[in-house]
Amino acid sequence: MSLTYLEAIREAQFEALRQNPNVFLYGQDISTFGGAFKATKNLSREFPGRVFDSPISEDAMIGMAVGAAIEGARPIVEMQFADFSSVGFNQIVNQAATLFWRTNTPCPITIRLPSGGTPGSGPFHSQSMESIYAHYPGLVILTPATVEDAYWMLLESVKINDPVIFCEHKFLYYHLKSEDFGEAMPIGKARIARPGRDATIVTYSAMLHESLKAAEELRLDGYEVEVVDLRSVKPMDTDTILASVARTGRLLAVGESFPWGGVTAEIVARVSSEAFHLLDAPPMRLNSKDTPIPYHPNLWKSHRPTTGHISAALRDLLRY
Amino acid sequence: MMLSRTLEEKLGSLYRAGGRIVGGVYLGRGQEAFSAAAGIHLRWEKDVYGPLIRDQAGRIAYGEPILDTMRTYLGVVTGPMRGRDGNIHRGQPQKGYMAMISHLGSLVSVVSGALFARRLLGTLGDTLGATSIGDGGTSTGAFHEAINMAAVEKLPLVVSVANNQFAYSTPTSRQYACENLVDRAVGYGIDGHSVDGTDLLACLKVFRTAFQRARAGHGPQMVVGRLLRLGGHGEHDDASYIPDVKKHEHEGRDCLIVAQQQALDLGWATKAELDEWLKNARREVDKAQAQASKEPTPDPYRESWQALSTQRLAEGMGQ
Repeated sequence: MSLTYLEAIREAQFEALRQNPNVFLYGQDISTFGGAFKATKNLSREFPGRVFDSPISEDAMIGMAVGAAIEGARPIVEMQFADFSSVGFNQIVNQAATLFWRTNTPCPITIRLPSGGTPGSGPFHSQSMESIYAHYPGLVILTPATVEDAYWMLLESVKINDPVIFCEHKFLYYHLKSEDFGEAMPIGKARIARPGRDATIVTYSAMLHESLKAAEELRLDGYEVEVVDLRSVKPMDTDTILASVARTGRLLAVGESFPWGGVTAEIVARVSSEAFHLLDAPPMRLNSKDTPIPYHPNLWKSHRPTTGHISAALRDLLRY
Repeated sequence: MMLSRTLEEKLGSLYRAGGRIVGGVYLGRGQEAFSAAAGIHLRWEKDVYGPLIRDQAGRIAYGEPILDTMRTYLGVVTGPMRGRDGNIHRGQPQKGYMAMISHLGSLVSVVSGALFARRLLGTLGDTLGATSIGDGGTSTGAFHEAINMAAVEKLPLVVSVANNQFAYSTPTSRQYACENLVDRAVGYGIDGHSVDGTDLLACLKVFRTAFQRARAGHGPQMVVGRLLRLGGHGEHDDASYIPDVKKHEHEGRDCLIVAQQQALDLGWATKAELDEWLKNARREVDKAQAQASKEPTPDPYRESWQALSTQRLAEGMGQ
């Protein structure tokens, strides 16, 4: 039997609902219908009265979750697409993210963002929002790249007493499979997805898989590229990144969000300022292009980083 | 109402004197009757209350000690916000006393969420929730989304709309085009009530009905009070844009003077007792100021500078 990344998301929510009666789910079309991606399939039947359809009101959905969390509930809110969370942006960054610091009241809410591009999804159903939310204090930003992490990190999110932005990648929903959920790794720790000695790629979410393929391509040329899967972009495991760069002397940061600022810029900034002396080449970063995300697959494939782009960047990095 | 007016007059003079108050001062002068009439129906540490910027009277009626108000305005660490946030943003959410943010309309869904959770967790009992907005705040998307959601969930929520004629400087003619804001209740499928916001007795009566209906399961109740803000948006604002003629209209009368006359007419208090109440209010305010003035202001070297409650996940950046 094999389990998909999407099934991991569903199973984690099943387990969260089973473990804690204070957990409930709130989102558009998630009850009887089971969600636009079926991430909550059958949960309303298995947990009657705890899975609620919401109006199309992202602002009110997040505000409602904050109020519920204050009262001791642990809501999981599904944004139908990460892109639509911009409508709830104010409640996320100003209400949820500031609550604990301002009032000493914990705000345990999990906001699920079906993120990232898939072919034909276009500008408003493809966005990666982790960079923009990571900018704000008071939020935990998780970006699972594997079936195991999708399961364990979502289950752990619900137990965290702070707002968690859970960026689950839609491209991985059906493609990624695993025999079982394996074991939990602690949140906040990066993982060496592939060891190497010649260069380090630091990446997360769907870009992990593109990066692993690129590292495999480079192996044919005799290079061993280390790939670090951040798992959580905030907190960012700087120690693991620096230790890897200390081994390889070269850094490429890869992310799917837009290129101006963001997670990859943060990685490069930290390595440059804290480990400049370890670098044998200028650190590089690769992101999607600085345009809205295109609809046609021909354009989309060139817009986001893919194995080809990453391999090319690696060759430049290794040639320096 | 008298305590609220006395306290706010003190805050206003402290602000004008300069140096004592940290941040702006936004007063509820002219809105005390409407605000207190809502707050008096709410039980401290029991019901959920999300007051807005002109609800000092409602906060007192709800049960917030004025020492907490004074501590917050003076920015001392003993106050509920510990110097991390100020003034009208204060609250104690764990007691059901929500702490507003500046983004208008966004508190309505938070109060609703608290009620939703109580119903889900079986802790609702006979409790209910209330929150406030002004004529300007009704134009936000957040307000619309939240009222609609609360209506769908049929939550025991009372929403006060203080139609004080001006949103900062913008008159209602530039804010909405409907005949009366209460008409919107029909669109949301909730009960709407209108009241003369300068008339304490009328306000008490209409809020009593609204709270009874909310508690009886009739869903959200919208109470629109017509009144005039008797001052600027904040103490920095001379409100020169409010035409004099407005101040002489019915809405421009001082609700505190009206209430005092009502108290005399109904035999709730004698003139001597009203004078005594005022004296007590002044004493109480002075005492709170004296107490809060002695207390320490925040020390940046003792601040944790961590925004998360989960220590192990805090990055501790910015050292």
